[in-house]
Amino acid sequence: MEVKQFINGSWTKTINVRDFVFKNITPYYGTSTFLEGPTERTKTLWNTCKKAMAEERANSGVRKLDTETISTIDAFGPGYIDRKNEVIVGLQTDELLKRAMKPFGGFKVVEKALSEHGLKPSEKLTELFSKYVKTHNDGVFDAYNSEIKKYRSLGILTGLPDNYARGRIIGDYRRLALYGLDFLINQKKNDLEFVSGPMTDEVIRLREEVSEQIKALKAMKRLGAKYNLDLSRPAENAREAVQWTYMAYLAAVKEQDGAAMSLGNVSTFLDIFIENDLQEGLITEAEAQEYIDQFVIKLRMVRHLRMKAYDEIFAGDPTWVTEAIGGMFSDGRTKVTKTSYRFLNTLYNLGPSPEPNMTVLWSEDLPENFKKFCAKVAIDTSSLQFENDRLMLESRGSDDYGIACCVSHQDLGKSIQFFGARTNLAKTLLLAINGGRCELTGEQIFEGVPEDKDEYLDFDKVMTNFKIAMQEIARVYSDTMNIIHYMHDKYYYEKAQMALIDTNPSINIAYGIAGLSIVADSLSAIKYAKVKPIRNEEGLTVGFDIEGEFPKYGNDDDRVDTLAAKAVADFNYELKQFPVYKNAEPTLSVLTITSNVAYGKKTGATPDGRAKGIPFAPGANPMHGRDEMGAIASLNSVAKINYEDAQDGISNTFSVVPKSLGPDNDTRVENLVSILDGYFSNNAQHVNINVLDKETLMDAMEHPEDYPQLTIRVSGYAVNFVRLTREQQLEVISRSFHESM
Amino acid sequence: MCVHSIETFGAHDGPGIRCVVFLQGCKLKCLYCHNPDTIAMEGGRPYTTDELFEIIIKSKPYFGKNGGVTISGGEPLLQAKALIPLFKKLKTEGIHTTLDTNGRILNHFAMELMDKYTDLVMLDIKHMTEEGYEYITGQKNNKTTFAFSDYREKSGKPMWLRYVLIPGLTDKPELLKSLGEKFKTYKAIQKLEIQPYHKLGVHKWEALGWDYQLKDARENSEEELRKAQNILKPYFNAVTIN
Repeated sequence: MEVKQFINGSWTKTINVRDFVFKNITPYYGTSTFLEGPTERTKTLWNTCKKAMAEERANSGVRKLDTETISTIDAFGPGYIDRKNEVIVGLQTDELLKRAMKPFGGFKVVEKALSEHGLKPSEKLTELFSKYVKTHNDGVFDAYNSEIKKYRSLGILTGLPDNYARGRIIGDYRRLALYGLDFLINQKKNDLEFVSGPMTDEVIRLREEVSEQIKALKAMKRLGAKYNLDLSRPAENAREAVQWTYMAYLAAVKEQDGAAMSLGNVSTFLDIFIENDLQEGLITEAEAQEYIDQFVIKLRMVRHLRMKAYDEIFAGDPTWVTEAIGGMFSDGRTKVTKTSYRFLNTLYNLGPSPEPNMTVLWSEDLPENFKKFCAKVAIDTSSLQFENDRLMLESRGSDDYGIACCVSHQDLGKSIQFFGARTNLAKTLLLAINGGRCELTGEQIFEGVPEDKDEYLDFDKVMTNFKIAMQEIARVYSDTMNIIHYMHDKYYYEKAQMALIDTNPSINIAYGIAGLSIVADSLSAIKYAKVKPIRNEEGLTVGFDIEGEFPKYGNDDDRVDTLAAKAVADFNYELKQFPVYKNAEPTLSVLTITSNVAYGKKTGATPDGRAKGIPFAPGANPMHGRDEMGAIASLNSVAKINYEDAQDGISNTFSVVPKSLGPDNDTRVENLVSILDGYFSNNAQHVNINVLDKETLMDAMEHPEDYPQLTIRVSGYAVNFVRLTREQQLEVISRSFHESM
Repeated sequence: MCVHSIETFGAHDGPGIRCVVFLQGCKLKCLYCHNPDTIAMEGGRPYTTDELFEIIIKSKPYFGKNGGVTISGGEPLLQAKALIPLFKKLKTEGIHTTLDTNGRILNHFAMELMDKYTDLVMLDIKHMTEEGYEYITGQKNNKTTFAFSDYREKSGKPMWLRYVLIPGLTDKPELLKSLGEKFKTYKAIQKLEIQPYHKLGVHKWEALGWDYQLKDARENSEEELRKAQNILKPYFNAVTIN
């Protein structure tokens, strides 16, 4: 195919979106002054959405539910918010904020979620799924052994995607706009020809998967037709490029309700079409902004059916429509375009919002004007997170990537991830101290760790036992992941997303840990102070007496920070010792989402002095109140965790009161730019930025109706603060808000 | 050096992001002191030059174009001799150095430190009258402050003045005007920072078992701050509210 308005290249012959962007991008170095406010149409549309969201909040978080239809790519008829004002069309169902059933992850979960709103699936569906149709959840439990079930119920492994969709896979949604479905279908058909014998398990499975993908592409064509869009051909102008890209994403969120359904890195791609139309005088800046505003409205309206228990691990009803913005090409040019600004501008035009989860790929080499604008937006909205573009480029070798879920690098269209939730590393340490028994129930979790009867904990002995505990946990964790992803592929395969990804992508299996700061401080206490376990009559630790001082993680003190880094490196090493389904490459994250509260509840007192049941710090954050040397020292401690040992991401949430950032707005912007430059030059990977007063949060807790759009970053994503449970709100407020004056 | 505490993220103690080292000990006992726990000459934790240098250098990537280190206190110049090798070492690393001082000490160590190694001196002007100075600080001889500012002026190196604006005590227009008149010809003064009065340190006084005498003073209104700023503006290159 030849495209006259663009510079052609290898992208015209084979699927290569990166090549298209690389050759046709117009980097932007200017300021934000060109930006336009929302159009009247956008304002009207957004007001309708705001009303619908108020209804949703008033009706226990759900506006409407469909109990008849199994949501697939083209199951629902067309849906509109307000047709005459919609420039970009398409809804997940036939109505705004109506949630749909996606029962292939697990039918019981659907039933539970509906029953929490006083509803049931239709009789037909109930019969179908109780008698004839098997789900991912059914498959997983057929294969789980008793050991895995024990780990699960005792809270050593939680939040596993064994009863909900795994998500994390990012379709390259740009492909639909650039190539159109006919081209994509032909490519997949060609691929299928080359997936040939000998017919081993792997080959057969791949052939089946590609055939499913082709079906999904055909379904997308039918989806387009419902909205009178001819998706068989490439997009021919800016509006179509936005619309086509959204349709590809929409197909994914109609079929799948994965925990995180990232968007990828579409802004720079879309800019090429927008810039072309602007140059040719076909559209105005106001129209360009209107496309992006309305696209973002649609992304903000994505909803999944969730049961309440889901809220413990993923609070605030997140969807993780993560969009990566900015960054650099490997040749040193910036990927920042005017549309990078336009995306960020939606936070002003429509107000702050947790979704889409806007992630700035930060490099010291980004244009200075863009850096300042991002800092300003972060200060004004607390809706942005930042990731180290240079570090990921160097380590992962790709400059065309998205962020899966919260913080994880994913080479777009070339690789995917198997999401692995996380294990409780603090509890792992307690198991090591308690002879492999659960400190709360006394149940023997694993053998091989000798009973520790010393009056004071001995550092070397604890480290030896901790290693054994890590090995045991890693073994069971790995087994569990293999079962989950085998079954997910079998029963709830992401055919729409995979249709927009190369046929045999590389795979990361994404493990995670919670409780890192607890582990670091506990080991530090054992090493530098004297720690005396208090044991009950069963010999289980119920508390610890600490005699003396010890360095605490978060103060830029190598004595303890190296213990944190080592714990990550050691566990990552142990995870790599096992065979993995589809030969996926293990990676590890230090990321909790909001599970730091749930994990804390299930963990007894720890040797750092933390009492039983107290929440952990989120992600890789130091424990609240233990960072005594100020914000920079705290950031430096986190930066010491080596990205090579945690390539799935190292999440840090930085909260600061506005005044502490500087006496006036300009200084605050400059200081935040300096913080980000400094932090990332130290090879840190990720940071959420919150610039808020605690008083604002406390007031929002009491008067949620006054703060419908108050957004706050938590570990790796953002939430509407008022949609958190009270317990989670209190936990957020208890965190360190850096306030030096 | 005897250190009270270190704050690696200071955004109100000099230009840009500052690593602020609070030294222990001060001969004044200002009524509004928000770090009263730094006043006692005893206490604090001893650090060697190298130890402090190692801590400060770790903040260097965050300093950007403007940031650096600020030695505050307590009164940093009480330990001027020990600061010389530290600042000397920091300057070899190209780090911007600032002293936050009350300007009562001007011995040859202080002079060497300021002349050779201090990029910015932030001088606290307590009060323009002798009586006011004594009332606030508990010490006589306001003239030392002016001798200090004259010394810095002669060296021609940058200086900021800082002035705590306490309603009813330091915010009278005639006091502000005399402040401006006194310093309007100084070329070394880049700006004057108005420090709004706040009571964030009161609990520390209570913790020390000391009586906080300004209990009845109120914090400034926005309008009062602007008014003071407008009075002072004609006399200085810049007047900011910190």
